[in-house]
Amino acid sequence: MKCQHCEKPATFHITELTGPGGPHVLHVCEDHARQYLSPDSTQPGTSALAGVLSSQQKVEQSAEQIASTDQKACPVCGITFAEFRNIGRLGCPYDYVHFQTDLEPLLINIHGSREHHGKKPSKLLGSPDRQHRLLQLRREMKEAVEKELYERATEIRDEIRRLEQNEAGE
Amino acid sequence: MKLDELAGKCGEWLKGTGPEADIVISSRIRLARNLSEFPFVRRCTEGDKRSILRAARQAVEAIDEWKDVEFVDVEPLSDLDRQFLVERQLISRELSEAEGPRGVAVDGTERFSVMVNEEDHLRIQVIRSGLDLKSAWQDAAEIDDRLERRLTFAYLEKLGYLTACPTNVGTGLRVSVMLHLPALVITRQIEKVFRSLQKMNVAVRGLFGEGSQFTGDFYQVSNQITLGRSEEALLQQVEYVVPQLIEYERKARNFLMTNSEHDLHDDVSRAYGILQTAKKISSDETMLYLSKVRMGVNLGLIRELEIPVVNKLLIHTQPAHLQKLRGKILNTTDRNIERAGYLQKHLAKRN
Repeated sequence: MKCQHCEKPATFHITELTGPGGPHVLHVCEDHARQYLSPDSTQPGTSALAGVLSSQQKVEQSAEQIASTDQKACPVCGITFAEFRNIGRLGCPYDYVHFQTDLEPLLINIHGSREHHGKKPSKLLGSPDRQHRLLQLRREMKEAVEKELYERATEIRDEIRRLEQNEAGE
Repeated sequence: MKLDELAGKCGEWLKGTGPEADIVISSRIRLARNLSEFPFVRRCTEGDKRSILRAARQAVEAIDEWKDVEFVDVEPLSDLDRQFLVERQLISRELSEAEGPRGVAVDGTERFSVMVNEEDHLRIQVIRSGLDLKSAWQDAAEIDDRLERRLTFAYLEKLGYLTACPTNVGTGLRVSVMLHLPALVITRQIEKVFRSLQKMNVAVRGLFGEGSQFTGDFYQVSNQITLGRSEEALLQQVEYVVPQLIEYERKARNFLMTNSEHDLHDDVSRAYGILQTAKKISSDETMLYLSKVRMGVNLGLIRELEIPVVNKLLIHTQPAHLQKLRGKILNTTDRNIERAGYLQKHLAKRN
């Protein structure tokens, strides 16, 4: 069912009991529901309801946020955060970049820290952005080779070389 | 095949030398590493795993100083051979039971091994006899450097070395020490001791690693976190706890010797007697009695036996070792008979 005021789906069905013209039901999308129920509204008798609904909206928002986090897949290996949570193992190194904000609370929980203070590889790869990019590119090159897209693989390989040759002081 | 040669030998770390060797059996350093251009093992295709195995083999074989290191392809090995490697602590149970292309590089004197395609692409493992974490760590770091020259490890400046499980990210380091604590068990203090350890970021496990039962009073103590501290700091966390454990065990042993020497001597002698004369014996029983005998040797109650012999017996009486030494597959009953025979032979000349 579509919102009464726009093309979006109607996710709120508000039964107004005290309005002029007697009880009636409104079918509106989230945005229009918020507008209708906001304390700025000149409609009398909606503020208490607004309070309840706005806190419900907050809950719904975080549920939606969680749902969207669970769905966004890593572009390199395709794993979703939900899958990771089920099996307790990540899919590929790039996940640490892609799911960075979601992993942070977990790392703090496990280790009491989210920053490495220890041994580094001798061939350092420069700035964090460059490291991210290199992880992603290496995987893309592999895939291009597997799919026999050799021209693409060569392009990626050249880009990797360029990135590796630029020193960290950029 | 080289594995058969290993069977008769006694690995470096079993020799029972090394600091505090009466209570500390071994010190172990494990480093987890992954190659940057592949998914983590669980999400790898068969082709990926093969490529990783090939890259690891090439890297290992290119290291000039590693002439004595053998690269073993684990996938085609028989159940017996894989079990053999697990008993010898050269591979984990997980690698043995995993599927697909996987392998291990083993040093000739068994001072280190590098597993390929276990939970992470590479797991470097260094073992030392007794309490010797610093030198084990130095060796592990060197192995890491050598491999890293020929491979590119997945690493981010902020998070360190990237691993399949976030519980290993950062240093990828697991430090563990294996201890023999029979007196703490006899005096029923072991539970209390473990509870106090839990507050110190230290985990405790049985003889063969994660998820195993505590057999023979052998316990493994290791760090729990891997991120946010340097490797040296993580080593120190474990090093701090071990001397306290050693002290508790020594006190408990002294207590037993002072207050119930006869009971202890009797207990130890009976264990020794059974091992010398039984005609069939299970590995659980063997572990139980060898643990007592080991303590007896340490306390001077059994004078004609040395620790290296006891350590060797602990390994050689394990199921796969027995069969390898005998040269044939044995069912449980036959193994129990074989085990008793082996013990009798190696303990008999002491009288």
